[in-house]
Amino acid sequence: MTNPVPNPMLPAPYVVQRVLRETHDTFTLELSPKTTMNGFRFSPGQFNMLYVFGVGEVPISISGDPSKTKTLIHTTRTVGTVTKAMYKLKRGYVLGVRGPYGTQWPIGEAVGNDVVVVAGGIGLAPLRPAVYQLLAQREKFGKIVILYGTRTPADILFRKELERWRSRFDLDVHITVDRAMSGWKGSVGVVTTLVPKAPFDPLNTTALVCGPELMMRYTVTELQKRGLQASDIYISMERNMKCGIGLCGHCQWGTEFICKDGPVFPFSEIKSLFAKREL
Amino acid sequence: MENLEHILSEHPFLQGLHEDYLRLVTGCASNVRFEPGQYLFREDEEANWFYIIRQGKVAVEAYGAERGSVIIDTVEQGEVLGWSWLIPPYNWHFDARAIELTRAIALDGKCLRKKCEDDHHLGYELLKRFAHIMEQRLEATRIRLLDIYGNEK
Ligand SMILES: Cc1cc2nc3c(=O)[nH]c(=O)nc-3n(C[C@H](O)[C@H](O)[C@H](O)COP(=O)(O)OP(=O)(O)OC[C@H]3O[C@@H](n4cnc5c(N)ncnc54)[C@H](O)[C@@H]3O)c2cc1C
Ligand code: FES
Repeated sequence: MTNPVPNPMLPAPYVVQRVLRETHDTFTLELSPKTTMNGFRFSPGQFNMLYVFGVGEVPISISGDPSKTKTLIHTTRTVGTVTKAMYKLKRGYVLGVRGPYGTQWPIGEAVGNDVVVVAGGIGLAPLRPAVYQLLAQREKFGKIVILYGTRTPADILFRKELERWRSRFDLDVHITVDRAMSGWKGSVGVVTTLVPKAPFDPLNTTALVCGPELMMRYTVTELQKRGLQASDIYISMERNMKCGIGLCGHCQWGTEFICKDGPVFPFSEIKSLFAKREL
Repeated sequence: MENLEHILSEHPFLQGLHEDYLRLVTGCASNVRFEPGQYLFREDEEANWFYIIRQGKVAVEAYGAERGSVIIDTVEQGEVLGWSWLIPPYNWHFDARAIELTRAIALDGKCLRKKCEDDHHLGYELLKRFAHIMEQRLEATRIRLLDIYGNEK
């Protein structure tokens, strides 16, 4: 008798090991598999479908370190039904996990280049695994620059980690917020204003951009003004998903299925779609 | 002076300015330094200067009794701070406070206004450059109004 093919729509049970409240509306779940001892392997940029039993399933990017396969880490912003239910989960609760799915940030392709990581709001979460991987092979890249924009100082995600990264001599970290009270020592202004000042060589740079679509649109414009080619700019797209594996068509965007052709795309491949409305 | 002229000629803000004009502008320039917390200017004061920031960071702030001082923008190394010297009634609309030790070249607006009135070509050259800065700040402000870090409708 042959082994049955595992059903790709069947979530595997994972236990919540730790819940970290990151900001007033974001939290990180550390999960471990309930039934297997196998580690969870993924590439930076990939996502899982997370199922809150009895509520629903949502795509959430993996925000942990790809070299640490024992724990699976996701960072989520509460916006609606499922993410709010997820926010209430506590240590010991069980969650369904399907994945990893989707394309990855082009870390291999960026070898030899400067790398600029531009994140807006919760967009830092899907980029964090890429930063871990870049830092694990630091010597293979030129300058590494992280530009992060969010609404207020209280909304800064992974604050301690950003501070650690900022104290490194081989990393440039710039954070800006939309508004702040007197006493804030960082920058105030939208994240796009950091691009013209950032120390990278536009002729030899790979850009990884993640955040809400408007933020990515204006960031791409600034990167192109700096001289980056569309093929050197990568963005991570979001659309509502159901199957996550290219079957249902829910996430179709023009000719692309975000769940399997994306979520990470070179901007050169999708720039005609990016400009279109109501796709 | 020669050193100041050299620094100004290298700055993108004055790039391409004819050397005679550069000399005129340098005649209105001086090196200044502000300690962290020190104000470069306060709201409603007469606006007689603008600054080319060489090092450090300056917060542009608005004060409201209920909220205290709110930072609405920061101006950093390489950037230009202040255009109220150019527009009547020549008063500052906000406070500007050094967040870090800040070194800048201060340009005397009264001195420049006089030179611009005497020579409209110089006035136009400076106005073009300020129009560019204003356009960039306006665009950044408009993008900020969109609240681009959320997907809320
Ligand atoms: C590939 C991929 C990766 C993602 N990675 C992450 C991640 O790492 N962390 C994370 O927090 N989110 C991530 N998302 C977004 C996440 O999937 C959605 O926020 C989630 O599906 C919302 O489900 P819900 O049931 O909570 O909200 P719903 O009940 O479906 O929606 C409630 C309200 O929220 C709005 N809404 C829906 N989606 C979003 C959104 N993305 N942002 C803001 N408002 C929204 C809806 O328009 C609606 O008004 C990702 C999405 C994709 C496609
Ligand atoms: S979610 Fe079903 S095709 Fe992408």
